[in-house]
Amino acid sequence: MSIGLEHYLTLSAILFTIGIFGIFLNRKNVIIILMSVELMLLSVNVNMVAFSHYLNDMVGQVFAMLILTVAAAEAAIGLAILVVFFRTRGSIAVEDVNVMKG
Amino acid sequence: MIVQTIAFYVFAAVAVVSALLVVGNRNPVYSVLFLILTFFNVAALFVLIGAEFLAMMLVVVYVGAVAVLFLFVVMMLDINFVELRQGFVRYLPIGAVVGVILAAELIFVMVGTGLGTAVAGSPTPPIDQVSNTEALGNIMYTQYFYLFQVAGLVLLVAMMGAIVLTHREREGVRRQRIAAQVDRTRASVQLTKVKTGEGATGGVTGGGVK
Repeated sequence: MSIGLEHYLTLSAILFTIGIFGIFLNRKNVIIILMSVELMLLSVNVNMVAFSHYLNDMVGQVFAMLILTVAAAEAAIGLAILVVFFRTRGSIAVEDVNVMKG
Repeated sequence: MIVQTIAFYVFAAVAVVSALLVVGNRNPVYSVLFLILTFFNVAALFVLIGAEFLAMMLVVVYVGAVAVLFLFVVMMLDINFVELRQGFVRYLPIGAVVGVILAAELIFVMVGTGLGTAVAGSPTPPIDQVSNTEALGNIMYTQYFYLFQVAGLVLLVAMMGAIVLTHREREGVRRQRIAAQVDRTRASVQLTKVKTGEGATGGVTGGGVK
């Protein structure tokens, strides 16, 4: 039995779901939420690369690289906001993030 | 073929289990480490289907930069993580229900609708003639050049944003004021002869510029 496109798509669906599950589960902890978002972007990358391989089309890998870039930028900005928020409030609980001023 | 199948299942299983441990772990440091394990396994899966360059990118960018950034922030901030875990058990059932429904839907849609009949716009060249990295470079620097530039701009904006957000001015730091130095005239500079051996010990207040 060989590995087909469905196997990769199933894996990426499971990874994506774990990401959403993580956001539900850790609703107070912004760091884990950011990690869950990274997991979801990773699963999208798995989709892109799998389609790229099985449709015999390189464009999927170009787009996967773009997603990688956006994920890295998102992590950097998210963690910077987190650090600034922690500096002003002394906590990173999500329910404290309801006042939009420094 | 059988080796590839076994390898796929092993890497996929480890990736899924470590992803579960990322979201379910008590200690965020362990979460980051399991995130790294997940990235490594997905990179191995990329190698299995011939996307070697992206696999290496994943290891370098995610493990080398993003995960280390996460680890750095987790360890730098002094956070009471026990407090943040309240409500974990309360949200577990609803999260599990939503997750299972979503996963089932995704798998049904992706597996059941017969995807994989599209026509390739940029066909992958045979691997024995052109390597994966070369093939990627061939279309990325020609056909998708603007996309590549936009990716660079995204990174630039992210870098500047992170610097602007986290930079803070400190009070009482002495800096070199180049404008003041350049603006001096001969009249504003006082030269003082100091006798040998009586230099800084005599409580002299500032030579140079007045």
